[in-house]
Amino acid sequence: MAALEEGFTLTAVPLGSGPDGPLGVEQSDKTDQFLVTDSGRTVILYKVSDQKPLGSWSVKQGQIITCPAVCNFQTGEYIVVHDNKVLRIWNNEDVNLDKVFKATLSAEVYRIHSIQGAEPLVLFKEGAIRGLEALLAEPQQKIETVTSDEEVIKWTKFFMVFRHPVLIFITEKHGNYFAYVQKFNSRILSKYTLLLRQEEKSAAQSFSASVYRKFISLMSLSSDGCVYETLIPIHPSDPEKNQRVVRSLLLKSVVSGSARSGVALTILDQDHVAVLGPPLSASKECLSIWNTKFQTLQASKELPQGTSGQLWYHGENLFMLHGKFLTVIPYKCEVSSLAGALGKLKHSQDPDIHAMTHFVNWETSQGYGLGSQNSEQSKRILRRRKIEASVQPEVPPSTQLLAAVQKDSEKHIEVELRKFLAVKRTPDFHTIIGDVVIGLLGRCKAEPSFYPRNCLMQLIQTRVLSYSLCPGLMEFALEKTDVQILQLCLQQFPDIPESVTCACLKIFLSIGDDSLQETDINMESVSDYTAIIQDGEIEEQTEILQNGFNPEEDNCENCAQELTEKPQAAAEESTSCPVTGKRAALLENATMTLPGIHPPTLNQIMDWICLLLDANFTVVVMLPEAKRLLLSLYKFVKSQISICSELNKIEVSFRELQKLNQEKTNRELYSIEVLELF
Amino acid sequence: MDAFGGPIWSMAASPSGSQLLVGCEDGSVKLFQITPDKIQFERNFDRQKSRILSLSWHPAGTHIAAGSIDYISVFDVKSGSAIHKMLVDRQYMGVSKRKCIVWGVAFLSDGTVISADSAGKVQFWDSATGTLVKNHLIADADVQSIAVSDQEDSFVVGTAEGTVFHFQLVSVTSNSSEKQWVRTKPFQHHTHDVRAVAHSPIALISGGTDTHLVIRPLMEKVEVKNYDAALRKITFPHRRLVSCAKKKQLLLFQFAHHLELWRLGSTVATGKNGDTLPLSKNADHLLHLKTKGPENIICSCISPCGSWIAYSTASRFFLYRLNYEHDNINLQRVSKMPAFLRSALQILFSEDSAKLFVASNQGSLHVIRLLEGSFKHLHTFQPQSGTVESMCLLAVSPDGNWLAASGTSAGVHVYNVKQLKLHCTVPAYNFPVTALAIAPNTNNLVIAHSDQQVFEYSIPDKQYTQWSRTIQKQGFHHLWLQRDTPITHISFHPKRPMHILLHDAYMFCIIDKSLPLPNDKTLLYNPLPPTNESDIIRRRTAHAFKISKKYKPLLFMDLLDERTLVAVERPLDDIIAQLPPPIKKKKFGT
Repeated sequence: MAALEEGFTLTAVPLGSGPDGPLGVEQSDKTDQFLVTDSGRTVILYKVSDQKPLGSWSVKQGQIITCPAVCNFQTGEYIVVHDNKVLRIWNNEDVNLDKVFKATLSAEVYRIHSIQGAEPLVLFKEGAIRGLEALLAEPQQKIETVTSDEEVIKWTKFFMVFRHPVLIFITEKHGNYFAYVQKFNSRILSKYTLLLRQEEKSAAQSFSASVYRKFISLMSLSSDGCVYETLIPIHPSDPEKNQRVVRSLLLKSVVSGSARSGVALTILDQDHVAVLGPPLSASKECLSIWNTKFQTLQASKELPQGTSGQLWYHGENLFMLHGKFLTVIPYKCEVSSLAGALGKLKHSQDPDIHAMTHFVNWETSQGYGLGSQNSEQSKRILRRRKIEASVQPEVPPSTQLLAAVQKDSEKHIEVELRKFLAVKRTPDFHTIIGDVVIGLLGRCKAEPSFYPRNCLMQLIQTRVLSYSLCPGLMEFALEKTDVQILQLCLQQFPDIPESVTCACLKIFLSIGDDSLQETDINMESVSDYTAIIQDGEIEEQTEILQNGFNPEEDNCENCAQELTEKPQAAAEESTSCPVTGKRAALLENATMTLPGIHPPTLNQIMDWICLLLDANFTVVVMLPEAKRLLLSLYKFVKSQISICSELNKIEVSFRELQKLNQEKTNRELYSIEVLELF
Repeated sequence: MDAFGGPIWSMAASPSGSQLLVGCEDGSVKLFQITPDKIQFERNFDRQKSRILSLSWHPAGTHIAAGSIDYISVFDVKSGSAIHKMLVDRQYMGVSKRKCIVWGVAFLSDGTVISADSAGKVQFWDSATGTLVKNHLIADADVQSIAVSDQEDSFVVGTAEGTVFHFQLVSVTSNSSEKQWVRTKPFQHHTHDVRAVAHSPIALISGGTDTHLVIRPLMEKVEVKNYDAALRKITFPHRRLVSCAKKKQLLLFQFAHHLELWRLGSTVATGKNGDTLPLSKNADHLLHLKTKGPENIICSCISPCGSWIAYSTASRFFLYRLNYEHDNINLQRVSKMPAFLRSALQILFSEDSAKLFVASNQGSLHVIRLLEGSFKHLHTFQPQSGTVESMCLLAVSPDGNWLAASGTSAGVHVYNVKQLKLHCTVPAYNFPVTALAIAPNTNNLVIAHSDQQVFEYSIPDKQYTQWSRTIQKQGFHHLWLQRDTPITHISFHPKRPMHILLHDAYMFCIIDKSLPLPNDKTLLYNPLPPTNESDIIRRRTAHAFKISKKYKPLLFMDLLDERTLVAVERPLDDIIAQLPPPIKKKKFGT
């Protein structure tokens, strides 16, 4: 149940902010510590649980901060932009912002984005995007203009989608809105026009976005007080073209339509959004949590002193300006969980670490320097990075193949690979194979069109690969939904973490039958299964024929028939959603690779099902599609109960029988018997 | 001595063993000093408002926890004042009960107090702060007993539903040093209340109203599969409760507070194997002898001639002379028993009923000559120097020359009754003796031990007999060794010197020493083969152990004369029928 907890102000001292409120609240690299950027000249680092500042930095008089400070999670440094063009980078030890690293850029910056696990990005006002390091290498580089004249960036967000950074920004021009999505693995910028419906001529006032499966769900709070949702595909069919996306009404009148300012929206999780603004035209401003699935108001908190119409959500905390003070309201959404009640919620330790401890992490130990595609670069101090020169990787003797992987065409690589596989295996054979796969993957990431499927399949079939030897391979295949490669991996790899297997399972279950039809899947493991299905069909048919011939003579027989007919009907019904042979083969592979060499135990499966039911229980209860499932569950429990009560009755009758029996066999109190002893 | 606090509900000796606490009806906790010769009142602790039902010492002896009604008190031993009063929730499944009785408390060395109460809860308290730390609701009925292991890493509780729960201190997650108490195993071996539990290093022991003592070994602590590794359910005490006057065909039954004397019936009919014969004379209940005072009878015996009955309680010894005049019995108590005959652990008459042997609980063995209506103290065998062990089993040879006595561990002593001196000591064996008997003529002493070993020791030769050596060399049949209950009685056939008759609760056995011993491949329990089989086959399949399971549970069996065996069965249903009804529990849900 979603709930807002008691809020608290972060500082007793009012922020020196103007009417616009603070520029931003951003996470730092330590949990519980947040960077608050004033719209004036100051950046303050707060420890939220202690409600006190840990550090404060100001720019000189006359300068003005134009972009909220962020933390570079890779180096632990802070970055801020003042006077639109001047970039400052400092760390905790620095006292004076005037003396820290400075870079003056050639264009005006709109925002700097930084999230865990990615290099910070700089978004310029004209829509151009640069990686921080590339920018620092040449600060005065020319920045191109992406957006058209009079197009103004309204909002922007940066997230990771399948480990790849994606940046979205919304622009406005003459009341029309455009969304730009930049994917960094493909370097493609897609532009979308947000279409409003005829009747909705309202200006969007606040945006929020989250990633949901293959879409970015962009929500906007409009001036009519309604929340609209727009789904933007992550993998557009034709990225070059300007596309149109329609927005649809998600929540009606969550804030008063007449509210001119002070409205904000942020997505909390898949089902919940937080809305800031007055619920009625006359009322005071409120922070409300809405469940978008059931369209219900979950929690609400009045903010009588007014807000600045800004809302930030980090971790479990909602930040907003209340009156003059920055207020933190912790938000909790605890999933009511059957597993929790049963004490079956597992301590969620990272399973990957456990699963992989037995294997050498080749990613770190490889010495061939395959153009470090790694995002986990060692901590570099940016100020000294100017000296950095690209060190030429030493080319190991036996690996022409590796070189080919880097630049040659798919065909050529295939030829090289065949040559390599033909020669005698050296002791480091498997490490080279691992390197080749990593090289290929790296190139795949850099060039979206490059997908050497045949090579990868051949490499997997060398039987020397393991999950830890080429960690990205399965993720990549998952992303491509290449079930054939996934099947091969599941068959060959001994050390697949449970989470990856689960992801495979999900894909196998969700992939459409038509797309399965086209793929070539090894069905050996389920040959019995398909045979059984056919047998079943034949039997059914004969049964039906018999029923047709039998006239209703004998009542008793008739009864029996009816009885047998019923389960048949059920069987027929269930075959309306069958598991096709190919899917079964995939599922079989996935389940056989689950932890350990043994197939999952019944208890494990029951646990999973419980967890699955738990996680979606509210949905299951509300959705009409689940009615049948619930009904059968109900019937099952009912039959269990009746079995139990019958057992009770049987027990009682047995006890009575026992008593009778005892009375019969009871010897007299005293008797003399003849006993022949040996 | 009187504690002057009304009925005593609980008692606990200090870890050092020098002090004793008693909890009384009036809410007082009294501390006594224990010295080798007496128990002396030391002082009262702060008086509580209701009876003290349970007590536990902190292992350091500095604090105690006392369970009362609705609360637990923690006392400082030095000052005697209550430091904390921890209120126990009366609520039970949302229903407020009238009272919550704390049936058991256990004080751990880290200051944790574990309580077991009538609302079905096992609770963990911090004695330093007096706060509830953890609550386990384990039963719908009272939790009546608790026992903690010496390592304090596991404990056991017994409930009124007959269930025993095992709690263990286990790591929260693997590789974590943080540990918590988890209810690990439930056991349901009892039908009635489990009033007492004990925790040995390798087993959980529980007992209660259903008269069973159950020993449940902790399999993770058992290293080899042996006698200790099996679940034991002990129904009868390992003592002789029936004695028999062979000549007069009388049986003396010992109950907790009375003795019953029965004369066996007779028949004139004959029949074949398995027949029940019509009685020409039914068994007679001759005598019902009630004890004086509240004490239980410890042991009793009737002389072989039937004219003497002796029994003993914890503090008094009684000897009666019986005179039979036709159908009337004249019972006459022998007065003026000597002071040393205060209480006995075992009483035995010699075969000619002229001597009485009494094993006292101080370890000495008295020999008394019985005369018509009076007695004479002949001798007292003092316990071997250095041992304080009491003798609990006696056997006398039919010729009256030899007396064998055994304690719980220190071997069997054989005394020469004529010369009134120790003859020899059978080498000590690891397991306690459960039955002793001396064979007529050969004067071979047969000894049964709790591990099911049987030895035969020649008293005149002062050594084990050849047969005993042979069977020790070959070993007993594995099924013999795996039997649950010990041999409780051994007897001999006067005309068949090669036979030994012995029985436990579930079978009786005739060992024929002339036949080959069974090895593990042969069938041990070999019921009588059909008579139509040829003699050769019968002989081939025959081995020394002839076992019959016809009568069970067998309380007593003895040979009356050459052709008559008497067997006493004690059906468990009869025992259970006399017990208060247990809490009814449905087995299958709903």
